[in-house]
Amino acid sequence: MTDIDDLYRDVILDHFRNPRNHGRVTDPQISVEGVNPFCGDQIQLTAKVQEGRILDICVEGKGCSISQSSASMMTEALKGRTLARSQELVGQFKRMMLGNASGEDLPEELEDLAALEGVKKYPVRVKCALLAWNTVLEGISEFEKNGTSVVKQHTEE
Amino acid sequence: MPQNGLKKEPLDVQKIRKDFPILSRKVHGQPLVYLDNAATTQKPLPLICALTTYYQLNNANVHRGVHTLSEEATAQMEEARGKVAKFIGAEDPATVIFTRNTTESINLVAFSWARKNLKEGDEILLTEMEHHSNLVPWQLAAKAVGAKLRFIPVTGHEGLLDLSQVSKLLTDKTKLVAITHMSNALGTINPVKELAKAAHAAGALILVDGAQSVPHLPVRVKDLDCDFLAFSAHKMLGPTGVGVLWARREILEAMDPFLGGGDMISQVWKDHATWNELPYKFEAGTPNITGAIAFGVAIDYLEEIGMEKIRAHEMELAGYALTALKDNFPRMVLYGPADVALRGGVVSFNLPGVHPHDVGTIVDQDGVAIRVGHHCCQVLMKKFDIAGTARASFYIYNEPREVDALIRSLQKVERLFKAPASLPVP
Ligand SMILES: Cc1ncc(COP(=O)(O)O)c(C=O)c1O
Repeated sequence: MTDIDDLYRDVILDHFRNPRNHGRVTDPQISVEGVNPFCGDQIQLTAKVQEGRILDICVEGKGCSISQSSASMMTEALKGRTLARSQELVGQFKRMMLGNASGEDLPEELEDLAALEGVKKYPVRVKCALLAWNTVLEGISEFEKNGTSVVKQHTEE
Repeated sequence: MPQNGLKKEPLDVQKIRKDFPILSRKVHGQPLVYLDNAATTQKPLPLICALTTYYQLNNANVHRGVHTLSEEATAQMEEARGKVAKFIGAEDPATVIFTRNTTESINLVAFSWARKNLKEGDEILLTEMEHHSNLVPWQLAAKAVGAKLRFIPVTGHEGLLDLSQVSKLLTDKTKLVAITHMSNALGTINPVKELAKAAHAAGALILVDGAQSVPHLPVRVKDLDCDFLAFSAHKMLGPTGVGVLWARREILEAMDPFLGGGDMISQVWKDHATWNELPYKFEAGTPNITGAIAFGVAIDYLEEIGMEKIRAHEMELAGYALTALKDNFPRMVLYGPADVALRGGVVSFNLPGVHPHDVGTIVDQDGVAIRVGHHCCQVLMKKFDIAGTARASFYIYNEPREVDALIRSLQKVERLFKAPASLPVP
């Protein structure tokens, strides 16, 4: 596999072309806009939360294949999970992208996301992959503080 | 300037390339194809040598010592100033102020001229294609004095100014027209001379952002009849950290200093000071001496080739690239004028369904360096409702075969993304 094929795996391109859970949930408890000023990537994340569990989660946005496919895969991974487990999963994904963990260390729920490991070789693109994850993290922690719907902006630094 | 006759001959690109050591390096195992010249250009050997020679043999501070080295350094720096003046057709070298870059030159005017001469209700006329460095300084100045910004609209993807709006936008409230000579995002060459005439007729001054024009076109301040001209050495073979502000003497004389400190003063007391003569009034502190001297060498290099020849070479490359891109990618969206007479060697494009950052990453793997993103022109990108574009920009050492390499690499992008025609431009 060439480096480029390794970066642009079929799973990534598939999620980019056909994003899952695309759009907005109605009456969301969590609503956060995430932006990456460097690339101009932008997503609107909305989630329905009941009894500490993400019942539904949607993303819509504009951006490169890495940011948009990562967001799409994330919605699939987090839908139906508790907030606590979701935060853990975000942590695990970030450890793969930023730390020493590899795709093989990811838990079952994040299996597909090993496809994004190739992005690690392109430091400027890592932010693209992380945008949705940091956005959801921000939304969850705001929700836990306020216990009510939040509207916030997350900027990827 | 070279003797007539000579100008008709094309550039000897192979000979020129030998002067640029970086062009023989590899990137990801591929020969470097450097098509990001609008961001910064590569540096020729004579300039690299000038930098090291200066540090090895001449290094000293300027305007301060009576010792030999200092006098030599001062003379060399002033010689470079003279070369810059001649290059832009300015008679008086004292009207050439060395700054750090175009951005600082424009900020100098925004602080020292605009804040003094504009008042509430006055207007600054810009265009929708301005680089952030010819927009944000005016936003700050306008806010400080209560002035308003107005914009000459851009017509559409062909990237021309809608000049029919100018008579409406230029009023007796307009005190300054600040406009880019050549757009770094579109390649458009704007009719600065006509706009200068219109600005002056309305009683306004005109500042020309020459960051992209001075490196690529013959530019004469007298001919343009502009009041301020700003440009950067690093975009014309010169070192980073050196820029120029040229302005008409009487305007500079009436302006207050920008930065205070050493060199810019004449006499200093406990509570006040008087200013040095031009250009030193605007050059506080130790300047980029080495950079200015090396910039003079870069100008020699360009003069020896001849700016008309450089313009002709880039027009040819732009034409070749536009045709090749259209032929190979029928669905590609191209930005900027179709007529190469109206544009410089900058080609901006998008492939439907592919984000420019993905394009940039993929072609980089083939050793092709292009710029992707908003090109510091977010107002223009918002107008086009796009996140950005991919941009190839040429200079004296680029050749058609490098355009071919870009095309081959873009074909890879298309294959990989197999984007259906229905997908929008990102
Ligand atoms: C049209 C234009 N104006 C201004 C600038 C700013 O130049 P610098 O970054 O050297 O100040 C640039 C270059 O990026 C440019 O292309």
